Amino acid sequence: MLRQSWQIFLKDVRMELRGKEALNASLAFALVVLILFSFAIDPTSEQIREISGGLLWILFAFSGVLLVNRSFLREQSNDCLDVLLVNRVPASALMLGKTFANLLFILMIEAVCLPVFSVLYNINLFQLPLWLIGICLLASWAIAILGTVFAAMTVNLRLRELMLPVILYPMIIPALAAAMYLTNIVSVGKVPEGDDLIWVRLLVGFDVIFTTLALGLIDTILVD
Amino acid sequence: MSVLSASKVSKFFGNFPALRNLNFTLEAGDCVALLGRNGAGKTTLIHLMSGLSRPTEGTLDITRRVSMLGHGIGVYDELSARENLIFFASLATVPINVEEWLERVNLKDVADAPLREYSRGMRQRLALARAFMGEPELLLLDEPFTSLDDKATALLQTLLAQALARKCTIVLSTHQIPEAMALATRILFLERGKLAYVGPRPEEMLTDSTWLYRTYGAIS
Amino acid sequence: MFDKILLAVGLTSGLYLVRNLYTMLLVLPDEAAQGMIYRIMFFHIPSWWTCFLSFLVAGIASAVAIRSKSNRADSLAVAATEVGLAFTFVGLATGMIWAKIIWGIWWTWDARLTWAFITALTYAGYLMMRNMIPDPSERLRVTGVLNVFAFASVVICYKAIDWWRTQHPGAVMSFRTGGGNIDPAMEGMTYHNFIAFLLLCVVMVTLRLRQEETLREIEGLRRLAYSR
Repeated sequence: MLRQSWQIFLKDVRMELRGKEALNASLAFALVVLILFSFAIDPTSEQIREISGGLLWILFAFSGVLLVNRSFLREQSNDCLDVLLVNRVPASALMLGKTFANLLFILMIEAVCLPVFSVLYNINLFQLPLWLIGICLLASWAIAILGTVFAAMTVNLRLRELMLPVILYPMIIPALAAAMYLTNIVSVGKVPEGDDLIWVRLLVGFDVIFTTLALGLIDTILVD
Repeated sequence: MSVLSASKVSKFFGNFPALRNLNFTLEAGDCVALLGRNGAGKTTLIHLMSGLSRPTEGTLDITRRVSMLGHGIGVYDELSARENLIFFASLATVPINVEEWLERVNLKDVADAPLREYSRGMRQRLALARAFMGEPELLLLDEPFTSLDDKATALLQTLLAQALARKCTIVLSTHQIPEAMALATRILFLERGKLAYVGPRPEEMLTDSTWLYRTYGAIS
Repeated sequence: MFDKILLAVGLTSGLYLVRNLYTMLLVLPDEAAQGMIYRIMFFHIPSWWTCFLSFLVAGIASAVAIRSKSNRADSLAVAATEVGLAFTFVGLATGMIWAKIIWGIWWTWDARLTWAFITALTYAGYLMMRNMIPDPSERLRVTGVLNVFAFASVVICYKAIDWWRTQHPGAVMSFRTGGGNIDPAMEGMTYHNFIAFLLLCVVMVTLRLRQEETLREIEGLRRLAYSR
C-alpha cells in the first residue's frame, strides 16, 4: 500500500511541477494578501508582532484550499480516478499519496511566505526554527488531510470551489487556533511550556484523529 | 475457471432498483457482449464488475486483475505517454515492459511529449495500451468502437484477438451490434435492470441485430 | 396508530411547556443576583442539551448509514441535524438576549458562543452539501462521512475553545459541581423543561424523518418513470 501511495505522490508532484498552475496561483495570492495586511494594520506598529501567527495561518489556510482543490480534479478530467480504483489501488493509499503531495505544496508556499513576512514586517519568525518547522508540519498536515478528504467529497459538485472552504474552515478551526497561538509565542522567541503545551497536544490529537477518520472513511466516499 | 460470478446481485440507487437479482458467471476466455437499451443498467453492471461500485444485495466475486476502458480515456494529459505507462505499470501486480507497449501502439517516437500535444487518435492508442498492458484477466470495454479512428480501430481488433488468445475474458458494452457479434461468444441482455437473456450468442443475431430485443425484450 | 402516538407526544410536550411556564413565571421567585431575566436559562440550558443530543444521534445515524448503506439511517441523520440546528439557534438567541441584559452586549467572543457559531456553520455546510448532490446513493455516502467528521470536529472544538479563556458562566448543575450552586427548585425546573424539549425534539425529528422517507420514495418513483 505504501508503495502505491508513493507512486501516487510522485505522480501528483510531477504533474503539478510540470505546469505549476496551482502553485503559482496560490503563491501569487499569498503574496497579495501579505501586502494587504500592511493596509489592515500599521506595519510598523508593535501590534503586528502580536498577531503575526493569526495573519499567517489565515493566509496558509486560504492558499492551502486553492492547492487541495486541484487534488482530485487532476484525476477527474479523463476518468483517471476510475482507472486507479479498477486497478485495485486502495482508496486509502490514494488518499495518503495525495495528502503528502498536498502537504508538500503547502509547505512550499510557507517556505516562501515565512521569510517574506519576516522581511516585510521586520519580525524574526525564525528565532526558534525547529519549533516553527514543527508547528508548520503539524498544522499543514491538518489542512492537507482534511482538505484532501473534502476535495474528494466536493469534486463532483458544480460549486466545488465554493463548497470546499465552506465545509473545511469551520472544522479546521481547532488546528488553526492552535497553530496561531503557538506561532505567536514562538515568533517572540519564547519556548512553549506549561499551559502552552496543551496546544501542541491539541494539534497532535487533531492530526491523529482526523487522519484515522480520513483513512478509514475515504473508501466510502470514492467507492459506491 | 470462472473469472466473475454473480449471485443474486441487486443494485439500488436510493429506492430505485437499477439492477435486480442477477445471476451469471463468466469463464476465462469468454467474449461477452452486454446489450440493452439506454437506461437498462449496462453502465451500472460494468461499474459493479469493475469494482467501482458494490452490490446492494447479493455477492459478486471478481478476479483481481481487471482493466477498464470507459468513456474517459483514463490517462493524464499533463504527463507524457511514457510517464503515463510507467505510472500505471508501477501500480500493476505483474511486471510490464513499457517500451514494448509504446512500440506496439506506435507511439515510441513521441513518447516524451506531453499528451496535450497529441492528436485524438494518438491519445486513443495510448489509452488502449494502458487498458491492455497489465495482462488483465477481465477486460471491461464500455462503448469501445465509438469515436475511434481507423488506426485505433484496427489496433483494438488486434489487441482483442491477442487477449482472447491468452484466455482473457472480455465484456463489451455497445450499441454497435454487428461489430460486437463478430467477436462475441456469449451475450448478457439487460432489460430494465433484469437479465432477460444470458447464454451463448444466437446465430440469428449475426444477420438480424434486433432479434434479441424482439424475442426476449418486452418483459416488465 | 403511529400518528396518534405522535400527536399525543406532541400534545404532552406542549402541555408540559405550559405547565413549566406557569411554574417558572408565577411560582419561582426572582433570582438574587440576576433578577427576572434568569428564567431564560430554563430555555437556554435545555436547548443546548437537546441540540447536542440531536447531533449525537445524527452522528451515530450517519455512521450506521455509511456502514450498512441504510437509507432510513441517512434520513434520520438529516432529520436530527436539522432539528439540532434549530435548537442551536434557540440556544444562541436566548443566550444573546441574556447577555444583552446581564453583560450589556449581544455578543462576545467567549468560548461557548464561538463554539456555538462554529457548530452552526459546520452543520449548515452539511445541509448545503445535501442539496447539491442529486444522486441519492452518492449523497448518502458523502454527507454521511461529512456528518461523522462534523461531529468529531464539534467535540474537539468544544474542548479546544474552552482553553481560550472563557467568559461564559461556569457549570451550576449539581451533577457537574456536586451541588450547592443552584437552588433545587430552579435546577428541577431546568430538568422539567429539558424533558419537554426532548419530547418536542422527538416529534420534530420523527416528522422530518417521514418527510425525508416520502421524498426518497418520490425520487425513486420518478427515476422509475423516466426509465420506462
